[in-house]
Amino acid sequence: MFFWSLVLIAVGIFSSFIYGRSRIKLNSKKQGTKSKSLPNYYAQYVLMWCLFPALIVYFSWAIFQEQIIQNIVISNFEFIEGAAYNEGLLLAEIRNVANNPSFADGKSIEIINAASHYSSLRQISQISFYLSIIIIMLLGALYASRKLKPEFHAQHTIERYIQYILIFCSSVAIFTTIGIVFSLIFESLRFFAEVSIFEFLFSTEWYPFIPIREGQTAAEGSFGAVPIFAGTFLVMGVAMCVAAPLGLLTAIYLAEYASQRVRKIVKPLLEILAGIPTIVYGFFAFVSVAPFVKAFGQSIGIDASPTSALAAGMVMGVMIIPFISSLSDDVINSVPQSLREGSFGIGANKAETIKKVILPAALPGIVGAFLLAISRAIGETMIVVVAAGTAPNLTGNPFENVTTVTVQIVVALIGDQEFDNPRTLSAFALGLVLFVITLFLNIIALQIVKRYRERYE
Amino acid sequence: MNNSVAKEKIVSLRKKRSLEDMRFKYYGFTAMCLSLAVLVFLLYTIFSKGYTAFQKTIVLLEVDYNQEVLKLTPDSSDEEMEKGKFFRVKKQAIENFFPDLSKSDIKLVKKLFSINVDKEIKDYFLDNPEVINTKQQIWVTAHSDVDQLLKGNSRRDVPEDRRKLNDIQLSYVDQLVEENRVKQVFNNFFFTKADSRHPEIAGVAGSFMGSLFTLFTVFILSFPIAIGASVYLEEFAPKNRITELIEVNISNLAAVPSIVFGLLGLGVLLNVFGLPRSTPLVGGSVLALMTLPTIIIACRASLKAVPPSIKEGALAVGATKTQAVFHHVVPLALPGTLTGTIIGLAQALGETAPLIMIGMIAFIPNIPTGLTEPSAALPVQIYLWVESAERGFQEKSAAAIMVILIFLFMMNAIAVFLRNRFERKW
Repeated sequence: MFFWSLVLIAVGIFSSFIYGRSRIKLNSKKQGTKSKSLPNYYAQYVLMWCLFPALIVYFSWAIFQEQIIQNIVISNFEFIEGAAYNEGLLLAEIRNVANNPSFADGKSIEIINAASHYSSLRQISQISFYLSIIIIMLLGALYASRKLKPEFHAQHTIERYIQYILIFCSSVAIFTTIGIVFSLIFESLRFFAEVSIFEFLFSTEWYPFIPIREGQTAAEGSFGAVPIFAGTFLVMGVAMCVAAPLGLLTAIYLAEYASQRVRKIVKPLLEILAGIPTIVYGFFAFVSVAPFVKAFGQSIGIDASPTSALAAGMVMGVMIIPFISSLSDDVINSVPQSLREGSFGIGANKAETIKKVILPAALPGIVGAFLLAISRAIGETMIVVVAAGTAPNLTGNPFENVTTVTVQIVVALIGDQEFDNPRTLSAFALGLVLFVITLFLNIIALQIVKRYRERYE
Repeated sequence: MNNSVAKEKIVSLRKKRSLEDMRFKYYGFTAMCLSLAVLVFLLYTIFSKGYTAFQKTIVLLEVDYNQEVLKLTPDSSDEEMEKGKFFRVKKQAIENFFPDLSKSDIKLVKKLFSINVDKEIKDYFLDNPEVINTKQQIWVTAHSDVDQLLKGNSRRDVPEDRRKLNDIQLSYVDQLVEENRVKQVFNNFFFTKADSRHPEIAGVAGSFMGSLFTLFTVFILSFPIAIGASVYLEEFAPKNRITELIEVNISNLAAVPSIVFGLLGLGVLLNVFGLPRSTPLVGGSVLALMTLPTIIIACRASLKAVPPSIKEGALAVGATKTQAVFHHVVPLALPGTLTGTIIGLAQALGETAPLIMIGMIAFIPNIPTGLTEPSAALPVQIYLWVESAERGFQEKSAAAIMVILIFLFMMNAIAVFLRNRFERKW
């Protein structure tokens, strides 16, 4: 269906274009006047009217066909009195039988009936899909062809349409944000209907335990997210302890001391560090750093767990070094040269100039860079999923196993995803918290950096 | 007198200060070297752990293709051959692998071979049907435990109960090595097979194809939309509240954690629109939304770099604004936008968390062939192998990382090439 309908649409586009071109030439010859725009614009006009309605039908069909068919099948299903059904499982079973007749053995007659109903509906839908695409394309072309007269300003219309398309493209970003906010809030509200928001934000017990025995549904277990937030901040703190000094000193060295040649070599190398996928850092943390941390902990008499906040945090710190160093480098470079020259002029040497003049001048920008790095560290997932633990643990000891917001989101959604229990929904509540915190940090950081830039430009 | 004391003081102070200066410079240098050292160490770790995965261990096995055992005749049809009793041939071959094996020993010997051996014996026969009723020496794949032992990845000096292979099996392996009945060859499975529960026959082909399909989706969706958005914002948008809102929105979206995009895909694409789970189509859509801000920012920069005189020239000879932009500005900015897109795609290639959210973490033992088929992706495959308890998967994950890094390197090289080759300095 996917492929052949695309072919159908492609054929439609091509023929409508040819049709539009030849038709306007014919019309203007008949009337003996020149058309207001070039023939190609008329052809494009027909093409757009042929293509876009068809695309709308195509996508809405692709999106809604399955759901509509399933609803019809379920509503016509002959439920046996007293038997309990799980709608999702039932549907899966019906689909399986419909797609693969060999699964039909041993299934109840209702299911086999429903499966044949399902396949017949699919066939009807398939045929009517092709028919409606053809009809819509023809209708579009018909509508457009009425306008194919020499006195019609096809170019103006086309340019207006192009504007609409461009506006649509740029609003995709807005739709994305709206989609994020609404999906997070909607699912979180469902979560908070079952778990109180105060328990979530202030309680220290996180046991999203779901008893599986029959009759005991959901809502057991406790959802106090404090240990998770604490773990997140602990890992982030360790990461910043590594990244802040290393990143900042690297940036200072590159901006103030290094020769052009060193800069040219080192900057791309740091970019490599920034471009390495986070799962690779996760592997590194798991294979090299975690055993090292454990051995180190044992050598100073601390019983370190094999997955520790320290290992995850250190590697995360390495990951954000290039982030901090490149942002700080920009910031330091945008400190006006006159400040440096003034400082050198009264006899200060380089280190003094940097410490007493440049860094204070660049401070807001550096703070902004740090805030962006913090937001990056909080939202980082794969390193902590691999190298930190999954068990919530309210501790300040970096040698211990902690868990973070992102880890809990992954853990909650990695298994079966039935959307009716608070354990799954808790991922969205955690995601909402994560989104709000990172958004907040970003807005502040961007504001600070912007103000700072304005001061010196 | 007083003067010289002051002079001395100044000299010593200056010495101290320049020492301080040196020290500070040294700190910066050390920090830079440390960061680079970590990079080197990281790459070293990956390559040293991963290169062994490109080799597999094979064992010489004598197989007797007896027609009685196979229940075949020399003139059986192809269909009958498909149904030959190859497992019986394999059983016999293993029973005779070493002379005088007891029943319990046979069990131990059996564990030295990969699960894939049945298929290898069968494939060999189907390729050379004339070998019926002959004894053949065939190289077959060894079990991952043997493989790891011979590569030195698992140690033999730990107590027996903590080893995968017990003492008897170890002595068998040693005997094989002595008799030259075992060797290491290039691991073709790693590049031709999809994921498997058995490390010795697990490969990256499936997840690689999954990643390619995902990237294709990302490109198809994000490239036109990003160009449209950046052309609008750069050339047409009126300076008003809404435009500003869009711009703020884009810069904030660029910093939203990737896992949140995964939640968006799960909540909207899967649950509301009902798109198929675990497919490159959904994964690609999510990653496209995620990389869109990056690509838009790069596209806008390259549009901005086109000098206004070109557009003004077009307008002066009577082009409309749309013509001036689409016939003159956009083509000139195209190399820059392509570079930005490739960098965005490289970012999308390494992204793991959103794909886990939309279910591309499922175990998929075959190679996907389309956008709407469940499939894995390279980074998720790495994650699955890192998390796996089986020792043989660790080298696989390192090797898969090598594959993804090489892939990334090539993409960036193409981007740099495009930039150097086509970018014009005005």
